Amino acid sequence: MLPNNSFTLFSTPPKMSVVIIQYNAGNIQSVLYALERLGQSAVVTDDPATIRQADKVIFPGVGEASSAMNYLRERGLDQVIIGLQQPVLGICLGMQLLCSYSEENDTTCLGIFDEKVLRMQPGQVPPPPDQLQWKIPQMGWNNIYGLRSALMQDVAENSYCYFVHGYYAACGDHTIATTNYIQPYSAALHRNNFYGCQFHPEKSAAVGKQILKNFLQL
Amino acid sequence: MLTKRIIPCLDIRDGRTVKGINFEGIRDAGDPVELAARYAAQGADELVFLDITATIEKRKTFHELVNRIAHHIDIPFTVGGGISSVEDVSRLLQNGADKVSINSAAFRRPALIEELAASFGSQCVVLAIDTRQEEDGEWYVYLNGGRIRTEMTCFDWAKQAVAAGAGEILLTSMNHDGTKQGFAQDITRILSDHLPVPVIASGGGGKPEHFAEVFREVHADAALAASIFHFGEISIPELKSYLRKEGINIR
Repeated sequence: MLPNNSFTLFSTPPKMSVVIIQYNAGNIQSVLYALERLGQSAVVTDDPATIRQADKVIFPGVGEASSAMNYLRERGLDQVIIGLQQPVLGICLGMQLLCSYSEENDTTCLGIFDEKVLRMQPGQVPPPPDQLQWKIPQMGWNNIYGLRSALMQDVAENSYCYFVHGYYAACGDHTIATTNYIQPYSAALHRNNFYGCQFHPEKSAAVGKQILKNFLQL
Repeated sequence: MLTKRIIPCLDIRDGRTVKGINFEGIRDAGDPVELAARYAAQGADELVFLDITATIEKRKTFHELVNRIAHHIDIPFTVGGGISSVEDVSRLLQNGADKVSINSAAFRRPALIEELAASFGSQCVVLAIDTRQEEDGEWYVYLNGGRIRTEMTCFDWAKQAVAAGAGEILLTSMNHDGTKQGFAQDITRILSDHLPVPVIASGGGGKPEHFAEVFREVHADAALAASIFHFGEISIPELKSYLRKEGINIR
């Protein structure tokens, strides 16, 4: 029998705080549960002080860009997000809102990433041979490639992730993963302490789990 | 490249997985969460859970089950059965469902589709259609799990529902369901080629060749099956490796 429990105390890593930003766009439940599966609890809040103090911030989102940006501006959350110094992960619409601009209802976004968000349009690009037409939004699993940055550590090239979206961020200097639907575009972005995934890591099985784990370890 | 999706479907009654044969006759197929976790680990691309519990009191059991599924499963899942209001959907999404599938209630009150699309976005509104081809060659919409026939044709209803905001169609051919003789070809192709949303083919998948056909020949975006997976007649890894060899885009 051990004389005391000091070994256990020393081996326990310091508790990390993770905040999920609550706003009018999103099904945050899945993100919360995915973190739980990694043994990480999270607080869902729109309180600026709590967001600023967190070790990691997740900015999720499913919805429409202009109403989401209006909601954030009305509450001053836009300035809170721009000013964050700790690692921030935008997911899906969250990632798009971190870009400079979205064609979705002509919306000025937060401007962390220079990349612009454009509407998916088939144009002259022929659909795959087993489809008569491109379906928009894209819904399903697509491969990501050209992977770089710590967020993509131990993720194999051409891993599959789950996407649901009708707008996309073009490729640019901050692209750390690319995917292709109609044309190549950013599957993930990174600039300084800001990261973004167009796909849903919380719904992307083992690959998504690795990416969330990488984010928690940044 | 976007891949074709393989979707096991779990019919749930009183918290257990069941599977009817030709819309009748129930066989027990095990604990839903255990089964769902196994399918997810084997490479299922999504899951569908349909609550066939008859009474409203038992619905609570289903909501608890949805929450348990959401805690354990790391792929997208759709839930359906008895959904008729924004409140129903709100509760299911809060319990962690990614999408909901609506059927008879949407047919009886099409405004439900618009309400759900406006509240939660089209991406989470799956319109399920049970349809039967009759002697006149036309495909008619059936309600209440195939028990009530309507005069509406499948294509007209699907078109109307997509215009109202349905983001995906789950198409079940009652002629093919339970037969294991292959999916319905013509109606799947008509919907997939003419509607701007993904079409999930359901009913009749019995062999890997049927899945290859429904993807390659009639352009389904996803294929759903139940008993062949539950009873181990086809394993998901085998099915996917067959489809990959056939040159079909598969995760």
